[in-house]
Amino acid sequence: RIDAAPSVFSTDETPNTFEEITTYNNFYEFGTGKEDPARNAGALTTDPWSIVIDGLVDRPGTYDLADVMKDQPLEERIYRFRCVEAWSMVIPWIGFELAGLLNRVGVQPSAKYVAFETLVRPEEMPGQRQPILEWPYREGLRLDEAMNPLTILATGLYGEEMPKQNGAPIRLVVPWKYGFKSIKSVVRISLVADQPQTTWNMLQPSEYGFFSNVNPQVDHPRWSQASERRIGAGLFAGRQDTLMFNGYEEQVASLYAGMDLVANY
Amino acid sequence: MDRLNQIARRVPVNAVYLAGVLPFLWIVWLAFSGGLGVDPVKAIELRLGELGLQFLVAGLFITPLRWAGLNLMRFRRAIGLLAFFYVGMHLLTWVILDMGLRWEEMAADLVKRWYIIIGMIGFLAMVPLAITSNNAAIRRLGAAAWQRLHRLTYVAALAGAIHYVVLVKAWPVEPLIYLGVICLLIGARLWRNRRHSAPQVV
Repeated sequence: RIDAAPSVFSTDETPNTFEEITTYNNFYEFGTGKEDPARNAGALTTDPWSIVIDGLVDRPGTYDLADVMKDQPLEERIYRFRCVEAWSMVIPWIGFELAGLLNRVGVQPSAKYVAFETLVRPEEMPGQRQPILEWPYREGLRLDEAMNPLTILATGLYGEEMPKQNGAPIRLVVPWKYGFKSIKSVVRISLVADQPQTTWNMLQPSEYGFFSNVNPQVDHPRWSQASERRIGAGLFAGRQDTLMFNGYEEQVASLYAGMDLVANY
Repeated sequence: MDRLNQIARRVPVNAVYLAGVLPFLWIVWLAFSGGLGVDPVKAIELRLGELGLQFLVAGLFITPLRWAGLNLMRFRRAIGLLAFFYVGMHLLTWVILDMGLRWEEMAADLVKRWYIIIGMIGFLAMVPLAITSNNAAIRRLGAAAWQRLHRLTYVAALAGAIHYVVLVKAWPVEPLIYLGVICLLIGARLWRNRRHSAPQVV
């Protein structure tokens, strides 16, 4: 078991089971079906693994995973996870704050955004043999979002190493945003001056904004975001109300003070 | 082909009804035995909807098969009613299991969401078809009017397939295959009708 300290940011809601978390995934690199990642991710090589950290940083370079994690305190973060498809889970991640890594590599003052990329390796990631999305999968955060203590790089869950279908060996988790922002199997982190391109926004800009904060008042053009189905709640459990910023309003609302959240969806 | 027709003549229509409800019973069994994965609600909804579409497509195949010499007309009513059954159960699954009877949210979806609107059009188009799928209705309406009414099948099938294409993220192939096959089946009828009604050049 991985040693990880408890966190004040953890919810006391009951986490979903390991089986639920690891057999119901959106990870299009391994197929578009929810069961595809669990079925197809086994062949992914996660060791060795390195991350390119570049752009507007003092110490750019190719960092080995162990080096990326060096001296970063691991915590268990039990977070709500809300998918843009209106389902949700509660997941006991293990990870460290992204801010810790960014501070270590030295963010230059001109950096305003952080851009992330997922591994491209079609021979191990069968979904990438089709142009379903434009590979590599890309995501991005504004620098203040990246520096928020809720934002973590997760390397495990339920006390174990990150399962491959969940984004092994290291992935982003941004709990107040829709799940697709939490990019998996990260191989590149770039500090940049301008808002980076992000995969779902490139595919369908009217439906998937750069911010994609969980917001029950701003509907997806094709479906309501007012409520969600909690996975594992049972056949007749119905739905629960979706919370503003997925329930993390207290920690993140100030990031968006004065911003029009309908225009900046 | 004659052999196939002979075999088809010997199959009782009730056997089609019976075979048609087996997938439903299978889904119910899986739902209560935990065989539908961690999100049984979505799985039930998807499977019922797909079965509805599959029966609609099967119904649309009857006429072109008859052009080719295979007569399965006796089974068309059963196939149509089974399609209605599955689409109806799909709708009920949405109302009860998926939306959890949140009437206000559903009402909002029904005026705002294209895939819900299109899906509902498809269902509503099937209601008069199901009601008139009996001999008494054919007698009362007259064969010609009954046939005209039952062209709503094309609306239902197209709406069902478009509903599926519109609700998914990105462009997976399955919904597009349904839409493609249905367009081909309807297109074949249009093409044949035009050829048959064109003035004959002697």
